[in-house]
Amino acid sequence: MFTPVTVLDPGWLAFLSPELASRAQFGWTISVHILFAALSVGLAPFIVYFTWKDVRTGDERFARLRSFWVKVFAAGFVMGTVTGIPMSFQFGTNFPRFAEVAGELIGGPLAFEAKMAFFLEAVFLGVLLYGRDRVGDRTYVLSSVLVGFGAWLSGFWILVVNAWMQTPQGYEMVVRNGLEIAQLTDPIAAFFTPRLPWMYVHMINASVISVALLVAGVSAYIVWKKRDAAAWNTALKVAVVVLLVSAPFQALHGDAYGRHVEDTQPQKFAAMEAHYETGQADLHLLAFPTSIDAISDPRAENLFTVSLPGVGSFLASGGDFDATVLGLNEYEENPPVALVFWSFRVMVGLGFLFIALALWGAFLLYRGRLSESDRYLKAMVVASPLGYAALLTGWYVAEIGRQPWVIQGELKTNDAVSAALSGTDATLTLAAFVVVYVALIATALYVLKWLIRGELRDLGATDDADDGWRGPLPEVNEND
Amino acid sequence: MTDWLPVDAYLVESLPEVWFGAVMFALGMYLVLDGFDFGIGILYATLDDEHDRETFLAAFGPVWDANEVWLVAFGTMLLAAFPRVYSRLLADHYLLAIGFVLALLFRGLGPELREQRDDDRWKRYCDLSFVAGSALAPLLFGVLAGRWVFDAPTLSLPAVLTGVGLVAVSVVTGAAFLAAKTDPGLARPLRRYGIGATAAYLGGVVALLAVVVLTDAGGAADVILSWPVAALVAASVLSGVAGSVFALRGRYRAWLASALTMPALLTVLVAVLLYPTVYPATGLTVREAVVSPLALNLTTVLGFPVLLLVLWYFKFLYGVFSGPIEADGYGE
Repeated sequence: MFTPVTVLDPGWLAFLSPELASRAQFGWTISVHILFAALSVGLAPFIVYFTWKDVRTGDERFARLRSFWVKVFAAGFVMGTVTGIPMSFQFGTNFPRFAEVAGELIGGPLAFEAKMAFFLEAVFLGVLLYGRDRVGDRTYVLSSVLVGFGAWLSGFWILVVNAWMQTPQGYEMVVRNGLEIAQLTDPIAAFFTPRLPWMYVHMINASVISVALLVAGVSAYIVWKKRDAAAWNTALKVAVVVLLVSAPFQALHGDAYGRHVEDTQPQKFAAMEAHYETGQADLHLLAFPTSIDAISDPRAENLFTVSLPGVGSFLASGGDFDATVLGLNEYEENPPVALVFWSFRVMVGLGFLFIALALWGAFLLYRGRLSESDRYLKAMVVASPLGYAALLTGWYVAEIGRQPWVIQGELKTNDAVSAALSGTDATLTLAAFVVVYVALIATALYVLKWLIRGELRDLGATDDADDGWRGPLPEVNEND
Repeated sequence: MTDWLPVDAYLVESLPEVWFGAVMFALGMYLVLDGFDFGIGILYATLDDEHDRETFLAAFGPVWDANEVWLVAFGTMLLAAFPRVYSRLLADHYLLAIGFVLALLFRGLGPELREQRDDDRWKRYCDLSFVAGSALAPLLFGVLAGRWVFDAPTLSLPAVLTGVGLVAVSVVTGAAFLAAKTDPGLARPLRRYGIGATAAYLGGVVALLAVVVLTDAGGAADVILSWPVAALVAASVLSGVAGSVFALRGRYRAWLASALTMPALLTVLVAVLLYPTVYPATGLTVREAVVSPLALNLTTVLGFPVLLLVLWYFKFLYGVFSGPIEADGYGE
């Protein structure tokens, strides 16, 4: 059979194995997709609030905020769709064995996601974007609620699938047509796995934090440029209040989530702390590599740590400083420990930074000086992408920490990869996805930049030579 | 839940066949609805005037996102009911499937991004991405479908003709949709393209079926010579001819109705050719490939009412944006 690739195959193109290339491809596409998915989830409550206030009060501030953020939402939704469709295909193209084995368990929830959530979002986003003059006020507000509900429900069904992969239950392995597959035996158990509530709350809240930081950053930038931009002063306040609630909550929730991981996935927990020897575990509050090797191989002896002795055991066991915590040496194969260990530290570190930013903002808000503190405005602009950094690293802890399993304890990732897939095809498509998605992220950032510039132009803000500060965005001038 | 949901028998005896029908229905909705979006994208290349281009984009702006979701519905329903077929189908057509989704990506980004910046070169790039994606996506999807149905190689007549046929029928529906939504000045050239594409499509279908009969690709020759296929082909020809007549008489809504029948009939043809298998290369029949009774019963009970709700949303959405588009497009 003629395929162009076989003819062109120079051999060296297949420098990645099908498994490695497939994992890299899936990891990469989901990393990009998740940014847009989280944007939808996190922005949904803001959109509902702005739309509701706009329709109810007729206040120009809220009309402006609604119009701006609905445009961001729409761009994010398109990007989420175009990056999400390849992902749903990858279960079949790259990991067909996973789709075969788990089809009965994951197919239902994924189909429910499409039918219950995705359609809802797509249909009513059309109304929200283009229908202001064509539907009544009530229908218009309802459309925003349905779009938001769709986004949150979509996350729910996706996490039903993911949580099942982390703590699978409600099935039994049977042989059908000569293949061993997981057959659904108990739908309630399979949908409502032990991990689901932890994952859902943590992920939704992470999306809200990320978007609150984004809204705060954009508002801070616009307020910086145009102090009397009433709408954006309001948006900044709203974002700070949202952050004040969500950021501390995430820390409390994350702590309890960690204990749950220790109960259900001790190997992942050990990787998060780079805990090799079974026995008492310390809690490393801070860790610094003492050599280059320590970055790729973080073990206690290679690190300078600030640790609380026995607190790892205390947390994992729920009260016993001497409790035994299983170490990585107990397992034949471990996840890439360094990735998990450092990702976890970045996530937690950023989480505490967000709490600090929220408290600082609350203090300024209380003093009535929120938009006057240049230092705070600058800090929020710089912090605007950090929520996403925390969200991604958290996702890496959850997903890379589960390796070598794709379905914990049941199916290894290595065995889920397509037997028909060549290293060349997998490497080529990986390269294509890297190029296209990098362009996509760049485009998304440009879109945001243009929207912000357009907004500044509308507000009549022009380049002010006095402020002296060059932010990450180019200056706006009258030619724009 | 298992107390009231049968564990070892399908809710109704024919549920596996019902799901085969449901999956084909989702595929048909995708080919019909996103088909005219692709057609608009291809016809877009014929325009020079900026205002006309914006009119074309406005015609499908509020609905294309929702139309595209039918692809996801099709894929996930296939996974939910026939996981083995889903995984084999995609694994066997790796590069085509990835190429198709990348084409969709370019199609989707073009119109979304062009309005973000008032710059001619930027708009040209966005337009190029939109047109190329709109033409490539149905072509690659059609080639994939040709390989799927006829078990034929990528560069074989059955696969390529299916791809070209899908592009042609998309142009027909796109032209009819635009004619029904825009003013007479724009509709006139669309008639020419629409009728030409109709002829190409019908010719392509006949040629495809002839090739398949002659080569017996996928062992489908017998089915093609049966009366249901003959009836489907006759109905397609009738829709195409009737549509062309409506187009010439300026009855664009009737043209649209006839035009949309064609991809719907094409989907029925695919279903007839496939059944009783879902993917001939696996050798598995619908009954062998389907998931266990409990899983299918559950997906039915939770999924079917939602499917009806989805159809209602679509009626609502198309209702809100019905009628000719306004001079400045929709919305803000």
